[in-house]
Amino acid sequence: MWKTRLAAIVLLVAGIGIGYFVYASEGALHGSRIVPGSATLNRFPFKLGLDLSGGAHLIYRADLASTTPSERKDSMDALRDVIERRVNLFGVAEPLVQIESGASDREGRLIVELPGVTDVNKAIQLIGETPTLEFMKEKSKEEIDAYQKAIEAFKKDQEAGKNPPITAELLAGPFEQTGLTGRYLKRATLEFDQTTREPIVSLEFNEEGAALFASITKENVGKTVAIYLDRNLGNFEPISAPVVREEILGGKAQITGKFTPEEAKGLVGRLNSGALPVDKMELLSTETIGATLGEKAAKDGVNAGMYGLAVVAIFLILWYRLPGLLAVIALGMYVVMMLALFKLIPVTLTAAGIAGFILSIGMAVDANILIFARMKEELATGKTVSDSIHEGFHRAWLSIRDSNISSIITAVILFWFGTSLIEGFALTFGIGVLVSMFTAITITRTFLFALGVQENTGVARFFFGSGILNSFLASRASKASEATEATRS
Amino acid sequence: MFIVKYRKIFFAISAVLVIVSIAMVFARGLNFGIDFKGGSLTEVSYKDIRPETSELQTAVAALSLGDVRIQPAGERDVIIRTKSLSNTGHSSLLTALSLDGKSLFEEKRFSSIGPVVGQELRSRAWVAILLVILGIVLFIAFAFRHVSEPVASWKYGTIIVIALLHDIIIPTGVVALLGKDVDTLFIIALLSIMGLSVHDSIVVFDRVRENLRLKKWREFSETVGKSLEQTFVRSINTSLTIILVLFALYFFGPASTKDFSLILLIGMFFGTYSSIFLGSPLLVTTKMLQDKKGK
Repeated sequence: MWKTRLAAIVLLVAGIGIGYFVYASEGALHGSRIVPGSATLNRFPFKLGLDLSGGAHLIYRADLASTTPSERKDSMDALRDVIERRVNLFGVAEPLVQIESGASDREGRLIVELPGVTDVNKAIQLIGETPTLEFMKEKSKEEIDAYQKAIEAFKKDQEAGKNPPITAELLAGPFEQTGLTGRYLKRATLEFDQTTREPIVSLEFNEEGAALFASITKENVGKTVAIYLDRNLGNFEPISAPVVREEILGGKAQITGKFTPEEAKGLVGRLNSGALPVDKMELLSTETIGATLGEKAAKDGVNAGMYGLAVVAIFLILWYRLPGLLAVIALGMYVVMMLALFKLIPVTLTAAGIAGFILSIGMAVDANILIFARMKEELATGKTVSDSIHEGFHRAWLSIRDSNISSIITAVILFWFGTSLIEGFALTFGIGVLVSMFTAITITRTFLFALGVQENTGVARFFFGSGILNSFLASRASKASEATEATRS
Repeated sequence: MFIVKYRKIFFAISAVLVIVSIAMVFARGLNFGIDFKGGSLTEVSYKDIRPETSELQTAVAALSLGDVRIQPAGERDVIIRTKSLSNTGHSSLLTALSLDGKSLFEEKRFSSIGPVVGQELRSRAWVAILLVILGIVLFIAFAFRHVSEPVASWKYGTIIVIALLHDIIIPTGVVALLGKDVDTLFIIALLSIMGLSVHDSIVVFDRVRENLRLKKWREFSETVGKSLEQTFVRSINTSLTIILVLFALYFFGPASTKDFSLILLIGMFFGTYSSIFLGSPLLVTTKMLQDKKGK
C-alpha cells in the first residue's frame, strides 16, 4: 500500500516537474514573469513548422543524368552544401536544406525551408542563380573559319542597316565544350600577382577535374582555352581566354584578366557558390505562408487543444466520477509529457501535427474508458471495488494492446508516406499512442491503488460507479438483465 | 440483442449509404487539391477594400494564365487558383492583383506545385492506403489466430476490412457532395479513420473472442449479441471523446485543418456506427452462411 502511495507521489511530482519544464522553457507561456531556470531551459523551445511560423518551403529537382550512380550521393551532398552556403547569405535564423530521394535514380530532390522568409521571389532568385563555369577549347580550323565568316557577314549586314538573324552557328561560337565545368571545381581563391599586383583568380579542381584539365591542356598546347561564365544566361564573351603553354598537372589553374580587385573578388565568390555539382537544378514547387497566417494558425491550434481537453475532462468526470478524475490527472500528465517530448526530441510542430496531437488526446482517453467500463461491469457482478479494479485492468489490456497496435501501424505507414506535412501528423499521433498507453494504464492504475479503497461501502461504489444516472439504477438494471438471463437459461 | 436480430435493416442502411456515396463520387467527381494535381494557390489579404472579383478577373485575364479561379474568402481575402506558376508568373500575378499598385495587400500564402510532384504524391497516397489495409489485415489474422472456432480468423479480418471500406467510402462521398478538396490532409484523415475504425472493430471482436473462450452462451449469435451489449457503451464513449476534441478542432482550430476535422468527424460517426451495427452482425451472418454450407 505504502509502496503504491509512494509511487503515486513520485509520479505526481515527476508530472509537475515536467509541467514546470514545459512552462519555464517556453517564453510565450510565462511572458515577463520571472521563472527560475528559464534562462537555461530556453534552449528547448517548441520547433514550429513553416505553416505555423511563416516562411518559404521550396522543392528543387537536381538532374543527375550525367553522374554515375556511385557519385550521386556525393553530388547531392555537395549540392546541399552549396545551397546551404547560398541560403546562409540570406540571414535566416534556422534554414533547412535537406536531401530527399527523387522519383528516379537520375534525379535528386532538395528541400529548402526558410522560416520567416516571405519574399519568396528574392529567395528563389538567390538560390536559383546558378552561374555556370565552362572551360571550352578551340574548334577545328574549318569550323573556326566558318564561324569567322559568319560573324563578318553578320556585322556587315548589321552595318548595312539590316536585321540579320542570329544563326545557331553564331551562337555556338568558335569554341566547343570540353566537359570541364564548375562541377569539377573544388574551390576558387583570390590572389595577387607578386610583381604587377594584378588580381589572379586561382582555381583548384577535384581529382576528376584535374585529370580532365590535364588531358585538355595536353591536347591543346599552343591553342586557346576559353573560360566562360554564365554562357547559359546569355553571356557569350569569355571571362578569360588564355593560351595553353604546356600540359598542366595537379589540377590548378589561374585566370588572369583585366578585372579590378572587386570584380575578381565577386568572381571568386560566385565561382565558389556557383560551382554546382549537378548539371541542372529546377524549382518544382513553392509554398509560402505569411507570418500572420502562421501565427493565427498556431494560436488557433493551442486554443482548440485547450477546449478539447476541457470538454473531455468534463465528460470524464461527469461520467466516470472518481476514476474519471484520476483519468483527467493522467491525461494532464499525458499532455505535459507529450509537450516535453516535442521540445526534447524535437518534433517540428505543424498544423497537421497539432491536429494529430489533439486527436491523440481523444484516443488517450480510450484506454481509460475501456478499463473503467470493464471495472464497472465487474462491480455489477458483485465483486469488491478492489477486485473490480484489478480485473478491469487485467481484462481490458488485450483490447488496448491490439487496438493500439493498429493505430501504430497506421502512424508508421503515414510517416513513411512522407511529405513534411504528413510526417508531422504521423509523428505526434504515433508518439501519442505510445505515451498514452503508459499514462492511461500505469499512471491511472497507480493512482487508483494508491487511493486504497478497501471498504466496499455504498459511497465507494458510488464514486466508482459510472453514468450520469447514479450507480444504483445501473446496478438494478444489470441485476434485472441477469434475472432475465437466468430465466432464459 | 436487437442489433443482431434486426441486422438486415442495418445492412440495408449501410448499403444505401455506401452506394449513394459511390454514386456521388462518380456523379460529381473528386476535386483534387493542388498538391495532387499540381497548380498554384495564392491568398492575399487586402489592406483596405477588397476589389470586386470581376475587376480582379479582368486584371488577371490579361496575363493569360489559362484557367483561373478567383474566390473571395473571409472579409478582405481573395484566393486565386491557377496552373503552377514560375517566379515571374507569380510576380506578374501579384502586380495584377494589386491592380497595378492601386490596391495594397499582404500576401498570406503562396504555393505552387509542379505536376510531377502532384503525380508522385497521388500514387504515394494510393500505396499508403493499400499498405494500411494490408498491414491491418495481416495484423488481425495474427491477433485472432487462435480464434478459429466457429469462424475462421481471416473472416474476422475480412469483416474488419469491409467495415473499414464502409467508413472511408462514406466520408469520400460527402467530400464529393460538398466539393471539398481532396488533398494530402484528406488522405491523412482517411488513414486516421481507418486506424480508428479498426481500433473500434477490434475492441468488439476482442470481446467476442473472450466470450467464445468462456463459453457462456451456446448460440454464436447470442455470444456476439452479448459481446456487443458489453462493449457498445465503451464504443460510444470513446467515439464521443474523440468527437468532442474534433469539434474543438473544427470550431477553434487552425483554418487549414477545418476540412480535415470535418472529414474525421464524419468518419468517426460512421466508424462508430459500423463497429456496432455492421461488423458484429456481419459476423453472425458469416456464421449462418457457413452453417448452411455445412448442411
